[in-house]
Amino acid sequence: MASVPHGAPHTTPLHGDHAHDGHDDHHHVPTGLMRYVTTTNHKDIGSMYLWFSFAMFLSGGIMALLIRAELFQPGLQILEPERFNQLTTLHGIVMIFGAIMPAFVGFANWMLPLQLGAPDMAFARMNNWSFWLLPPAAILLIGSFFVPGGAAAGGWTLYPPLSIQAGMGMDMMIFAVHIMGASSIMGSINIITTILNLRTPGMTMMRMPMFAWTWLITAFLLIASMPVLAGAVTMLLTDRHFGTTFFNAAGGGDPVMFQHIFWFFGHPEVYIIALPAFGVVSQIIPAFSRKPLFGYASMVYATASIAILSFIVWAHHMYTTGLPMAGQIYFMYATMLIAVPTACKIFNWLATMWRGSITLETPMLFCLGFLFLFTLGGFTGLVLSLTPVDIQLQDTYYVVAHFHYVMVAGALFSAFAAVYYWSPKWTGWMYEEKLGKIHFWWSLIAFNITFFPQHFLGLAGMPRRIPDYNMQFAEWNMVSSIGAFLFGTAQIFFLVIVFRTIAGKSGIRAPAKPWDGAEGLEWTVPSPAPYHTFETPPAFK
Amino acid sequence: MFFAENKQMLSKLAVFVAVMFAFGFALVPIYKKICEVTGVNDFMRPEQVKNTQVDASRTVKIEFDANANHLPWTFKPEVTTVTVHPGELTTVIYEVTNTTTRDMVGQAIPSYGPTRAAEHFKKLECFCFAKQTFAASETRKMPVVFMVDPQLPSDINTIALSYTFFEMPGGAIPAAAQAPSGNLDPPAVISPPAAKLPG
Repeated sequence: MASVPHGAPHTTPLHGDHAHDGHDDHHHVPTGLMRYVTTTNHKDIGSMYLWFSFAMFLSGGIMALLIRAELFQPGLQILEPERFNQLTTLHGIVMIFGAIMPAFVGFANWMLPLQLGAPDMAFARMNNWSFWLLPPAAILLIGSFFVPGGAAAGGWTLYPPLSIQAGMGMDMMIFAVHIMGASSIMGSINIITTILNLRTPGMTMMRMPMFAWTWLITAFLLIASMPVLAGAVTMLLTDRHFGTTFFNAAGGGDPVMFQHIFWFFGHPEVYIIALPAFGVVSQIIPAFSRKPLFGYASMVYATASIAILSFIVWAHHMYTTGLPMAGQIYFMYATMLIAVPTACKIFNWLATMWRGSITLETPMLFCLGFLFLFTLGGFTGLVLSLTPVDIQLQDTYYVVAHFHYVMVAGALFSAFAAVYYWSPKWTGWMYEEKLGKIHFWWSLIAFNITFFPQHFLGLAGMPRRIPDYNMQFAEWNMVSSIGAFLFGTAQIFFLVIVFRTIAGKSGIRAPAKPWDGAEGLEWTVPSPAPYHTFETPPAFK
Repeated sequence: MFFAENKQMLSKLAVFVAVMFAFGFALVPIYKKICEVTGVNDFMRPEQVKNTQVDASRTVKIEFDANANHLPWTFKPEVTTVTVHPGELTTVIYEVTNTTTRDMVGQAIPSYGPTRAAEHFKKLECFCFAKQTFAASETRKMPVVFMVDPQLPSDINTIALSYTFFEMPGGAIPAAAQAPSGNLDPPAVISPPAAKLPG
């Protein structure tokens, strides 16, 4: 995060000994606000993605805390039910499209050219557009709280008929989804082209870093599924305003059809979020185990298998829609099949650590937390894949617990790991190890206090997306709300750590390669990475 | 050249994105076709019913529900429940009044509770098979002729049949409304087409 506007001392390389001297025009770093508006530099754009993501993470987090504050006790205390529904809806969409996806696009922008030995992303100008589409979408989403009727309130999945009947907040949401979808598609085209065309000579596909592999596959998932979502929300829009009846029973349409189209996007979306996280973990575990990644090829094939399977399991989100028995059985077994490549990855990570010379710096701690909690979330996913169980648990807090274990402990923890792992390269300073460890343990414990009790609540039958609940659920909801506020404050603490790192409070300048077990071209450039790197392709052996 | 290769890749991927966008819309007719071929969710056409034995050993209670979706119509069944034996042919009458002073076109959509009873509820005649035109202030009685399949799972002893009338702006006709009329095998009592029933 070297290139923040207020991080002035670090926006220019601190080291005079970088490789490419003598091209002053190339090394000109524009300054001021216009630098960020007009930049085509992958490092600037990567930093902007990460800051944007964190801002959205805090916004979505505030929504989550309002939800948990309301659920602290039974009865209605602080929120109108309508507002509660708006908060659950926007919390979901903001966290998925605003926080997690841009965070990993930010890592991709920063690190892929460095890992591949490329001077920049393939389409630098389009990269700028991809980012600058996001703030307008965020303004539409957050602004929709203040329009008549409030924000969309039918759940982030936008199911009709609610999404057809809702007020103008829904139109703003639909438009925001269009914009964010366009941003993701452009970003993905950029990432695919960069990975396929801009690798340094000698870096064959099967010698790429795992992070590049997982992002390549993720980008293909994005360009295959995001246009389908764009189509689905376009149909919603025309149903709402232009008299079509795709999902409107009055004109012979079918609301359940929306669910089929939505989840054709929605299930790959789960892996769009998870696969780059797997890539990050596949870089960090070998670095801190001081061993090469176990089963590299099988990791690649497992990632590809997960991606392909993700397109043929969508209806496991729809077991209660009256699916025929044959369909239920097919989707149940196909879903269970995904556990095989996923387990392959988990075992490969364990085998990487086996007899490794492990040290537990903060990135490694977050990866271990990821491994433990993501596996737990995977197991509850396996439970939910069973049709008869799912029919019982559909729309209960068990499902909420399940997807927060894979989204928060999966994607978010690995994003934290990535920040700690790569921030020396971005800022030129080491973060403060002690604070990083406090952040990890604080997050891990608070996360489990928040979400583990939700398994019990779900099994006992508490429905999701309802602002009030029966007295029997009171104790665990109180525990969960306390955990949520602890988790929220831990992330403010994380922001403090980031600022302190940028300001160099640790007093330790990062060497080019701060982790002795780390591999890859990104560690051959100085820290912080100069504004322009790899203008001539580096040697790769 | 890198640049030419990149541009080529860009156009390929852009075409792929356009195809996937179109595929999203194509899913609508694809799903309709799949449902038609497999008979899933296909409650808008007359059933072809073989002559079946009446299973007098069990009774099923049928509850009738009628709703109008933002329509100033009155719409109600003449009886709210009947008790039938599976395999027994039954007729119920719904009464609809257009309380407005203009001609209107409506379409009734059925749904069932529990959902899995739907495939065992055979409608031979129903006003929901076609759009219905009502003159201003017109009242009309319209029949539903149905039979409960003896294959109905034994744990279902009550079926709710719920109709919702929607206004068809501009009189757009759903595909299913053009379904051929049903016939009984062997030919037996069949009510006159709903639309022609005197009011």
